[in-house]
Amino acid sequence: MQGLRHTFGLAFIKRSPIQSFFTAFVLLGVLYLVWPAFVWLFIKAQYVGVDRSSCTGDGACWVFVRQRLGQFIFGFYEPSEVWRPLLIALAWILAAIPLIWKNCPARKVSSFVALFGLPILSWFVLRGGWLGLSYIETARWGGLMLTLLISAIGIMLSLPIGILLALGRRSTLPILRWLSVAFIELWRGVPLITVLFMASVMLPLFLPPGFEVDKLLRCLIGVVCFTSAYLAEVVRGGLQAVPKGQYEAAAALGLRFWPSMSLVIMPQALRLVIPGLVNSFISLFKDTSLVLIIGMFDLLGMVQAASTDPEWLGFALEGYLFAGLIFWLFCFSMSRSSLRLERRLQESSQR
Amino acid sequence: MKSFWLGILGFAAIFIYTHAQADTLGEITKRGYIKCGVSQGLAGFSSPDKTGAWRGLDVDFCRALAAATLGDANKVKFTALSAKERFTALQSGEIDILSRNTSWTIVRDASLGVDFVGVIYYDGQGFLVSKKAGVKTAKELNGASICVNLGTTTELNLADYFRSRNLTYKLVTFEKNDEVVAAYDAGRCDAMSSDRSGLYADRSKLKKPDEHIILPETISKEPLGPVVRHGDNRWADIARWTLFALLEAEELKVNSHNLDQLRSSTNPSIRRLLGFEGDLGKNFGLKPDWALQIIKQIGNYQEIYDRHLGKDSPLNIARGQNALWNEGGLQYPMPFR
Amino acid sequence: MQKLITIKQRWQSWFWQVLILLALLSTLGIFARNLVLNLRERGIASGFHFLGQVAGFDLAFHLLSYDHTASFGRMFLLALLNTLLVSFLGIIFASLIGLLVALARLSKNPLLRFLASSYVEVLRNIPLLLQLFFWYFAVLRQLPGPRQSFSLGGYVFLNNRSLAIPFPEDASAAPLLLLGFLVGLILGHYLNRYARRLRIERGSYPIFTLGSFLLPLAVPALFALLFSRHWTLSFPELQGFNFSGGLQLIPEFVSLVLALSLYTAAFISEIIRAGVLSVGSGQLEAAQALGLSRRDSLRLIVLPQAMRVIIPPLSSQYLNLTKNSSLAAAIAFPDLVLVFAGTALNITGQAVELMGLTMLVYLSLSLSISFMMNRYQAQTSRYLGQGGH
Repeated sequence: MQGLRHTFGLAFIKRSPIQSFFTAFVLLGVLYLVWPAFVWLFIKAQYVGVDRSSCTGDGACWVFVRQRLGQFIFGFYEPSEVWRPLLIALAWILAAIPLIWKNCPARKVSSFVALFGLPILSWFVLRGGWLGLSYIETARWGGLMLTLLISAIGIMLSLPIGILLALGRRSTLPILRWLSVAFIELWRGVPLITVLFMASVMLPLFLPPGFEVDKLLRCLIGVVCFTSAYLAEVVRGGLQAVPKGQYEAAAALGLRFWPSMSLVIMPQALRLVIPGLVNSFISLFKDTSLVLIIGMFDLLGMVQAASTDPEWLGFALEGYLFAGLIFWLFCFSMSRSSLRLERRLQESSQR
Repeated sequence: MKSFWLGILGFAAIFIYTHAQADTLGEITKRGYIKCGVSQGLAGFSSPDKTGAWRGLDVDFCRALAAATLGDANKVKFTALSAKERFTALQSGEIDILSRNTSWTIVRDASLGVDFVGVIYYDGQGFLVSKKAGVKTAKELNGASICVNLGTTTELNLADYFRSRNLTYKLVTFEKNDEVVAAYDAGRCDAMSSDRSGLYADRSKLKKPDEHIILPETISKEPLGPVVRHGDNRWADIARWTLFALLEAEELKVNSHNLDQLRSSTNPSIRRLLGFEGDLGKNFGLKPDWALQIIKQIGNYQEIYDRHLGKDSPLNIARGQNALWNEGGLQYPMPFR
Repeated sequence: MQKLITIKQRWQSWFWQVLILLALLSTLGIFARNLVLNLRERGIASGFHFLGQVAGFDLAFHLLSYDHTASFGRMFLLALLNTLLVSFLGIIFASLIGLLVALARLSKNPLLRFLASSYVEVLRNIPLLLQLFFWYFAVLRQLPGPRQSFSLGGYVFLNNRSLAIPFPEDASAAPLLLLGFLVGLILGHYLNRYARRLRIERGSYPIFTLGSFLLPLAVPALFALLFSRHWTLSFPELQGFNFSGGLQLIPEFVSLVLALSLYTAAFISEIIRAGVLSVGSGQLEAAQALGLSRRDSLRLIVLPQAMRVIIPPLSSQYLNLTKNSSLAAAIAFPDLVLVFAGTALNITGQAVELMGLTMLVYLSLSLSISFMMNRYQAQTSRYLGQGGH
C-alpha cells in the first residue's frame, strides 16, 4: 500500500490533517484553473477540416495548424525540394551516433567530420546551385528548419571560438587577455536584437560597395559572436574549477601549452561545465526566435505570419501554443539529456 | 619570413584601395539580379502569397525594373523590410531599390542619403474605425487609442493633426503592419491610422470587415514612390523612367496584349517608346527594347493597378488621384523624346 | 641558457600579441574608413546634432512630461526611463516569484513541489518572445473593452486599453516618489551596514534592522504624506473612448513586465534552489547542534553561504532581464529600442549614431550591474572570511 501511494505520488495523504487540507485546497484550485483550458484544448477542439469554416466550435481549432504544418516546418522552401532538408536532418541524426555511442568505430574522426563538415554541407545542399541541385535563396528558408539550422550551426561554430576566448581571457599575455575581455563583455552587454539589426541592415555600411554576404550568413555571424561570448564565460568557469595541481602536473610532464590544454585541462574543464554549455545551447535555440524581428521566418515567425493571414485571423493562440510545444519539446529533451550525460560522466569519473 | 611581409603588404593594400564611383547598373548586370526592398506584407502593394511569391504594385515595379535592365522580370530578389529598417537597408546597400509604399518628404529626400524617383501611388492618411463606435468624422476621435505602424510619417501626421485641433489621443505603435491589424482587431485601439489604400487592404484582413469603416478625412499627403540611394544618378534615372514608361504606355494605350499588333503601328510616340525607332535606352546604358520588355512582361500601369488594387483585385480601389492626368488624375509621365 | 629561452619566448609572445592587435586595429580601421566613405558618398547626415532637434512624435507611455517642442534628446531620456522602469520592476518581481517558486520546490509537500517544477520546466523551455506574444495577443483578447471594464470598487479599472489606478495629479508626483524610493534605498543600505556592525559587536541584530528593508517604501510614503496637501488625487473615469485621470498602465507595459518576470523567475528559482542545496546538510545539522533555531540557522548559516553561490548567476539573470526588456519593440511598448532604434531612426536615418547610442546604453547598464554585483560578492566573501586576496 505504501509503495502504491508513492507510485502515484499520493504519499501526502498520510500526513497531518492541516497539510492534507492545504494540499487538497491547492489541488482543487489548480483543477479549477486547468480544467477549462483542458476542455478548450482537447475536448471541444476541432481537429479535421480544410479551412476556417470548420472552426465553429467553442474549442481550439487545430485545423489551422494542420493546414499550415508544411510551412511551419519548411517555410517557403520549394515543396518539390523538401527532400533536401529531410536528407540533411537524417545526416544530422546519423552524425549524432558517434557522439552518443561510445564504442563507435573511428569515433574521433567521425565526430570531427560531423562537427565541422555538417554545417558546411547543410548550407550548400540546402542552398543548391551545384551538382544539378536547383538554387534556393536563403530568403525562402524558414520554419522549424531555419530554427534548427541557425541553432545547430551557431552551436557548432561558437563552441571552438568560445573555448579560444576563454583561454584568451585566462592568458598571461596582457594584450590577448584584454582583447578577449573586451570582446566577451561587449557581446554580453548588448541585446541580441540590436546585434541582429546591425547584421541584417547595417553591416554593408562597413564594407566596401559591391562586397556582399548573404543575409542569413550575416545573422549567423552575429549569433555566433553573441553565443561564443557566453560560452567563453561558461568554459572559463570550468577552467577555473580544474585543480591547480592538474596544470602543474601537465607542465611537469613537459607538455607545452596546446598539448597540455587539449589533453589534460580542457577535457576536465568541459566535463565540469556540461550543464552550463547545454544551458547556453538551450538559450541560443530559444533566441533564434528573435530573427523574426529582422524579417526572417523561423518557426515562430512563420506561425506569426500565418496567424495574421486574413484566412486564419483569430487563431493566433493555437499557433503560439503549437510553436510553444515544439520549442518546449526540443529544449526539454536537451536539458534532460544533459542531466543524463552529467550523471554518466560523474559515474565514470568516480570509477 | 617573406610570406609574412607579403601578408603585411596585402593587408596594407586593403587600406589604400579607393571607392569607385557608384555604378548600380554595372553591379546589377554583374550580379544578375536586382535587390528590391518591399514591405513585410501589405495587400495590393507587396505581400507574399501562399507559396511565398511576392505580389503587388510595389513588387511589379521592381519586376519592371528588372525587365528593363536585365531583360527578365524574374531576376529580382525581394527583401521584406519593416518600416524602420527600410532606409538603413537602402543606405547600406543591402538593397538596390526601395519599393515599399514610402512617402516622399523633404526631410527624407534631403538628409537620409536617398533620392525619390517619382510617385507610383498618390495616397493620404486616413482612419479605420469600428461602426460600433458611432464615429462619423476624425474630429470625434478625441481621447481615442490609435494603432499605427512604427517608423512612418503616420506617427508624425497624427501628432500634428491632434495637436493643431487641441485634441488628445493615445498612440500604440507596432513594428509590423500585421501586428497593427491584429491589435486593432483584438480591440486594443479605437481606430487604426495609415495610408488610405493600406486601410482598404487591412480592412479585408479583419475578422468582420463589414463592421468597420474608413472615415472621410484625409489628413495628409502621402505620395508613395520608389527610392534609390543618393549618388548614382544613372540608376535614379533608370528607375524614374521605368515608372514613366509604365504610365506612358497606359497613356498611349499600349498594353501586354496589343503589343504584337503594335509592331506595325505608325504612331511615332509608340514606335519611340517601344524602341522601333531611335534608341531612348542608350543613354541609360539599356537595350533599345527596354520599355517593350517592361510592358511585355509586366504590363502598363493600368494593368498593374487593376491586377493588385483595382477592379481585378479584392480591394477594388477606384483610380481617383491615380488616374492619368488627361483622365482627371495626377499621374503625368514626362515626355518620351 | 634558460634565461635566453625565456627572453626569446617573451619576445615571440609580444610579437604575436602586437601582430594580433595590429590586425584587429586595421580591420576596425578599414570598417571605419568604409563607413566614412559610404556615408559621405551617399550624402547621409552624420553627427549628433539631431539630438537637439524637435522630435515631433508621441510616446504611448512616459514617466516625465513632454510637449510638442520636445527634442530627440528628451525622447531618448523618456525612452531610457521606460527601459529602466521595466527592467527594475522586472528584477523585483522576478526575484520575488523566483524565491517563492524555489521555496515551493524545496518544500516537503509533493504537490507544491510538482507544481513548482512544472512551472520551471514549462516557462524556461519556451522562448521569451513567444511568451510575450502569448500574454499580449492571447490574453489581451480576453479582456473587455473600456465600457465593460472590470472594476474594483469604482477606483481601479482593468480593460483591454489599460489598468487604471488612482494617482496624484501633480506632474512632480512620480519623480518625487521615485526619488523617495532611491533615497530610501540608499538610507536602507547604510542602516543595514550599521546594523551588521552592531550585530558583530552585540551578537544579535538590533530591532531596527527590519527598518532598512522598509525604508525604500517608507520614504516615498513619507513624501506622499508631506506633499499630499498639495496633490489632488485623480481618479480614473470613463471619458469618451477611454479612461482618463489616474495612472494608466498600458497593456503593453503590463504584459512586458509580466512576461519578463515570469520567465526570469523560472531561472532565478533554479539558481536559489541550487544555492541552498549547495550548502551541505552538515552545516544545518551543526547549526542546530549549536542550539540555533531552524529559522536562525537558515538565516545565519545556510543563507549567507548560499548567497555566495547564488550571486554570480543571479547577476547574469538580472543582466539578461535588462537586455531582454528590449523585446518590448515586438509588442509596441515604447522602450529605448522601439523609440530610439525605431521611430527616431526612421525620421533621422542616422543608423550608426542611433544604434551606437542604444548599444552603448545597454552595455553600460550591463557593466554597471555586473560591477555592483561583483562588489557585493567581494563584500560577502570578505564578510564570510573567504576570498578577498
